[in-house]
Amino acid sequence: MAISPGTTATANAPLTEAGYRPAWADTFPKLLRFQAMARGERAASREKTYGIWQSWTWGQVAGNVHDLACGLHVMGLGRGDKIAIVGDNRPRLYWTMVAAQSLGAVPVPVYQDAVAEEMRFVLDHAEIRFAVAEDQEQVDKLLEIKPRCPLLEHIVYEDPRGLRHYDHAVLSSYDQVQQNGRDFAAGNPGFLEQEVDKGKGSDVAVMLYTSGTTGQSKGCMLSFDNLVITAENGARFDRLTADDEVLAYLPMAWVGDHIFSFAEAYVAGFCVACPESGATVLNDLRELGPTFFFAPPRIFENLLTTVMIRMEDAGALKRGMFHFFMRVARRSGSRIMDGQPVSLTDRLLYALGRYLVYEPLKNTLGFSRVRICYTAGEAIGPDMFEFYRSLGMNMKQLYGSTEASVFIAMQADGQVKRDTVGPPAPQVEIKLTEDGEVLFKSPGVFLEYYKNPQATAETKTADGWVRTGDAGYFDADGQLKIIDRAKDVGKLKDGSLFAPKYIENKLKFFPNIREAVAFGAGRDHVCAFINIDMTAVGDWAERRNIPYGSYQELAARPEVYDLIRGNIEEVNRDLAKDAHMSSSQVRRFLILPKELDADDGELTRTRKVRRRFIGERYETLVEALFSERDHIDMQMEVRYEDGRTGAIRGRVRIDQAKTFAPEGKPEAAAAAAAGGRKAA
Amino acid sequence: MQRTRPVGDVLLKVDDITLSFGGVQALSGVSFDIRKHEIRAIIGPNGAGKSSMLNVINGFYHPQQGQITFKGQTRKQMRPHEAAAQGIARTFQNIALFRGMSTLDNIMTGRLLKMRSNFLFQLAWTGPAEQEETRHREFVEHIIDFLEIQSIRKTPVGQLPYGLQKRVELGRALAAEPELLLLDEPMAGMNVEEKEDMCRFILDVNDEFGTTIALIEHDMGVVMDLSDRVVVLDYGRKIADGTPDHVRGEQKVIDAYLGVSH
Repeated sequence: MAISPGTTATANAPLTEAGYRPAWADTFPKLLRFQAMARGERAASREKTYGIWQSWTWGQVAGNVHDLACGLHVMGLGRGDKIAIVGDNRPRLYWTMVAAQSLGAVPVPVYQDAVAEEMRFVLDHAEIRFAVAEDQEQVDKLLEIKPRCPLLEHIVYEDPRGLRHYDHAVLSSYDQVQQNGRDFAAGNPGFLEQEVDKGKGSDVAVMLYTSGTTGQSKGCMLSFDNLVITAENGARFDRLTADDEVLAYLPMAWVGDHIFSFAEAYVAGFCVACPESGATVLNDLRELGPTFFFAPPRIFENLLTTVMIRMEDAGALKRGMFHFFMRVARRSGSRIMDGQPVSLTDRLLYALGRYLVYEPLKNTLGFSRVRICYTAGEAIGPDMFEFYRSLGMNMKQLYGSTEASVFIAMQADGQVKRDTVGPPAPQVEIKLTEDGEVLFKSPGVFLEYYKNPQATAETKTADGWVRTGDAGYFDADGQLKIIDRAKDVGKLKDGSLFAPKYIENKLKFFPNIREAVAFGAGRDHVCAFINIDMTAVGDWAERRNIPYGSYQELAARPEVYDLIRGNIEEVNRDLAKDAHMSSSQVRRFLILPKELDADDGELTRTRKVRRRFIGERYETLVEALFSERDHIDMQMEVRYEDGRTGAIRGRVRIDQAKTFAPEGKPEAAAAAAAGGRKAA
Repeated sequence: MQRTRPVGDVLLKVDDITLSFGGVQALSGVSFDIRKHEIRAIIGPNGAGKSSMLNVINGFYHPQQGQITFKGQTRKQMRPHEAAAQGIARTFQNIALFRGMSTLDNIMTGRLLKMRSNFLFQLAWTGPAEQEETRHREFVEHIIDFLEIQSIRKTPVGQLPYGLQKRVELGRALAAEPELLLLDEPMAGMNVEEKEDMCRFILDVNDEFGTTIALIEHDMGVVMDLSDRVVVLDYGRKIADGTPDHVRGEQKVIDAYLGVSH
């Protein structure tokens, strides 16, 4: 495709202050034009298909987007229309976003694992007329809800497999749409360039539906200015260049993926690779070796668990070597990275360990080339954080939200702490309310929630601050520390502070515990539901010849209760040391006979526990926890992945855990902490 | 569901097949045909002679009596490699994969008959041998994509769960680009989800490649859903032949499965 630059739109135009793009490139379609001019021959997208990494240059991407956009125009997509995008991370789906934006339409990525009803809500609420789906699975879902979404006119599919016999009145293939686009463009040269030129930075770029821990999801509208400026700030902060490479594997509907795998790539011009399938991500990660990596703590934890289990199975020599050098790394790894003094012996041992253990291990995990990696979304465990940092990985934390186009606070290289999320990100202002809620202002602040002025008003104050709903405070180094959702921070009956997530996170740092739900607001003490981690506890059980046939059976084993009780008591000992948390020690607990699942509404799609919903659903269990009983009989309905329902019944044991006497003087210390928080 | 390729002429015809092992009569006078593009099920109680029938078609057993006509050519007996060369591929009731080899390599072995370059070139892995391997690898990758087994491409099949091994075996059979695919209990020992997956793959194979399929299966629900026509064997004799609905109504079939009171 010939790219006809506008009068001012040249690759040589002066760059903005951040140094990434000329000022005219203020939307993604214009950024694509710029990248195609500036580095047309460099790789922009990769995807593994048929076992081989296929690449497209920025020039080829521009051509593909052009054809697709023209094709969508022929189908009737126009300015202001919304287009749903449903599927795993695929280059073609990312291109669809830019193609839609070229025409002034708004892409609405939808979580690909959403059940039909969740999808219907989004399609209906966003008044979707067009949908682009990855494959038969997503097309089936769309066709199922189509009768209830009367506005939905066209479904475009990427992978034709299995769709041959479908009614093609509403279906068209991606290739066909591109072909139609080429035919149209032949008769209308320059059409799309004019359309792209009509786009402005203040236009709506994308609508991202937030998964929401409570209630229906909200359509968060972000403008090009929000995303482009935020991405530019983020890229400059981490000195991203066109030489970086990322793997796009997190849901496209999530703002993090939108910034890291899309917006920053279009700003900095680096290449985004898409895995072959959801099941091959770890393998693809290893083959690709990204330089910039983002993952929620859960993924790093899973990797660490896998490494530890595999090391247990390794031969004595390898195992011994691994444990020895990991001790060396724990002692000196982070200090060497942060440039702190380390003894010569340790420096030499670390260098040897790097050769023998750290680098091979990082290579196995796919982290050989990682220059910067971020984790966010949840608190992270000390073991995990220490493990990756001691290997020499520059792991940092950030705090963000959809409403901020991600960045609110982030840690700079060399100034990393485990229990904070860093100082305010570039161009972000943060303030704390009386009761500790975090408010921010930034160039990334969203426009509004679609068709929901009430929610917009609740979130955005009149003078432009946005409520995060999180409670936190600044520590002595000026780094923000998040403790819990502001509305979840409650009080025990005796008036002492109860931050359930704080306790749950401490519990979840044990590899045996996958999820925990703490209850205690308005009660005498704290009790907890536990979900064991099937991999870790299953492996533990096998090594001890403890038989089990299912999660439910394993969860009910008395040996497992003993194991978990030990973990809880360790947490209690730790809590007892913390002045204003010592009353929050877990007195009684039970292990749920079922894994908490997003399909049952117990977790959000991003795997955060919905505490209130769980409290209602398992009300009888909660009441039993706070009674004197030592067991409870339960029966409940569960939903399988294919939509059918079944029942789980059984007896759930309730167990006690030891608590410890608080150390220090709680009253005085708590008062001082509260005062300090306000001052910050 | 309408078909891309309508069921065509007779592809394979077995006529009056009789097979015995010593005094055991495995098949006696069995005749039926398989038409192009159809899915043909062979059912019957244990020991009815179903696997023997497949082995006869496949050239593994040589019947004492009767004729087999495949693609218009009639013969009394055929060796397995001749059957394979003519376009008949199969999977086995008890998985017969190379357990120490990866999924990829196992499926590559299915391409063996299509490899033409000579031994010395292959040894040096140059020129035609290299090009040929690339070509075959591409075909195999399409099968891997088709069967959605990308994540186990490099995994030794011995480490795979049973359901996946069955899928790999299907992949190896498909690699030979067969005209007639024989599946010996493709769903035995699978759970409901794995069965549903396998059903979908069988239908897709039939639909996408137009492959004619003869399968032995015990799960009646599966047989009724999948097949165009069913032949029922009992004690080595054909007792019914026709559409699933027709066969289901036959008194002889009901008796064979449920037993009769004497």
